[in-house]
Amino acid sequence: MAFLHDPITFIANWLQTLLAGWGLSSGLISVILTFFGVLVAALMLLVLDFSLVWVERKTVARLQDRIGPNRIGPFGIFQPVPDVLKLLIKEDITPEGADKIVYNLAPIFGLGAVLLLWAVIPFGYKILGTDINVGVLYIVAVGALGTLGIIMAGWASNNKYGLLGAFRMVAQMVSFEVPMVISLLIPVILARTMGINGIIEAQGGMWFVIVSPIAALILLISAQAELGRAPFDLAEAESEIVAGFHIEYTGIKFGMFYAGELLHALTFGAIISALFLGGWRGPGAETFPFLGVVYLFIKAFILYFVIMWLKYSLPRLRIDQMLNFNWKFLTPLALILLILTAILSKILENAGITLGSSPLLFSGLFLMMNLILVGITVLLLRAYGPKHPKVIAEPRPVAVTPETPATDIS
Amino acid sequence: MALQIIFIFVAAVTLGGALMTVTSRNLVHSALWLILSLFGVAVLYVLLNASFLAVAQVVIYIGAIAILIIFGVMMTRRLVIDPSRQINNTWWLAALLSLVFFGGLSWMLSTWDGFWSEAPIMAVNIDPLKQLGKALVAPDLYVLPFELASVLLLAALIGSIIIAYEKR
Repeated sequence: MAFLHDPITFIANWLQTLLAGWGLSSGLISVILTFFGVLVAALMLLVLDFSLVWVERKTVARLQDRIGPNRIGPFGIFQPVPDVLKLLIKEDITPEGADKIVYNLAPIFGLGAVLLLWAVIPFGYKILGTDINVGVLYIVAVGALGTLGIIMAGWASNNKYGLLGAFRMVAQMVSFEVPMVISLLIPVILARTMGINGIIEAQGGMWFVIVSPIAALILLISAQAELGRAPFDLAEAESEIVAGFHIEYTGIKFGMFYAGELLHALTFGAIISALFLGGWRGPGAETFPFLGVVYLFIKAFILYFVIMWLKYSLPRLRIDQMLNFNWKFLTPLALILLILTAILSKILENAGITLGSSPLLFSGLFLMMNLILVGITVLLLRAYGPKHPKVIAEPRPVAVTPETPATDIS
Repeated sequence: MALQIIFIFVAAVTLGGALMTVTSRNLVHSALWLILSLFGVAVLYVLLNASFLAVAQVVIYIGAIAILIIFGVMMTRRLVIDPSRQINNTWWLAALLSLVFFGGLSWMLSTWDGFWSEAPIMAVNIDPLKQLGKALVAPDLYVLPFELASVLLLAALIGSIIIAYEKR
């Protein structure tokens, strides 16, 4: 039973006694255990990533009214195997004039930055990588490494389209980092801690998505932009710059970017569910930590589905539309929400109403504040927002309906 | 002991990155080496248990400043590789001056009594992040420098908007 209640400590203790029996020193044992833990977590995520290929292909197929992979295994579930084999045996091309070392480092940054994010996301009660007290800021910092990987890829491949794609992508990521960081601060204010485990524990009474739905929505939108997925996928707009920053990458190097992108989407799902949907919280998650892992992944996959749903339903924005939307709408809204949340939480704290003591009243007041803010935003948008899309020219019909053919020959 | 080995390794990487930043002929490579060096500083903060400073270092220096530098360099692609000589005839003077400066700083540090003592072990129940946050807004501590820095940044922000603003 000890295994079911606290599996990580149980396994760690078992391994420790085993290794101590072999006569290793305690310092070496802790190094080996840490290394082993990191290895297992990273391998698990990569295996999961492997299966995401199938999930993504099957979902997009259904959204586009196709069947999708259906040849290999039931429902095509083993499709990732030939996909990855194909990537592995493809020719590895390094373009002429490319900066070899930077060119080869970039995909490692692309995938590594995503894997690093999982270090602070708790999988379940007492199943977590590390609980640093600056977890939320760590997510932002690791995101910066991902940006670095993209700019390295775009520059090193010695390709104009690649460089343009990297520029677009980095401009987008740096811009959307602003509303993302501000909306990440709202759970921090509500939970009074920056550690992700602390934020999850503070959501025992009420999930933060109910306390602050606007922040959750802003985080979802900016996550979509950080991922470079439609409607913000102009970094890889096929009609303009072919494929963006990974235009020159072939074989498994491209595969690493692709895997990084897929896992990044799921990772953002997990981050949003940890910050706003209670993470591993659910019935019985504290007595049986493995249930918590299941809950976390269910929530993460639901959000991943939302992200895919948005991606495959919306058309691409132009770069000025994307930047206007960020700087003139999302950022001011997030800033006002941050100020209001800080003031309201301080007022309620002084009045003796906290999330722990009276969760319903607390979240009700916050929800009301959020709804009022939504109302004011809608009114302001109606009064001052863009009324009509700018018309540049009259639409020209590309195909003209044919005249009705003469049926009778006279 | 293990900590010292890690420290020496990280310090060597940081210094090596800094050296490569000034000696590399390719400007983008210089910027990338600079990022490695800044990352080494972040790891040093981690070794000092200053987690907030470490993460802030990565967010601000690697996430913002280094990427701006790379952007600036790439916009001037023609000048990316500089073929001119990297040292001139007074290199020995510069080396001498920096050696003297280094010696002076080391001597000053060695007279400080905290230099030879071991770092005190931090109490477990203290949250340094909370203390830092409170110290930044406490009237008798750092609220004035903190506010001054924010006003400076705000002024820079408004200034950049005015410079970039196009009259319609």
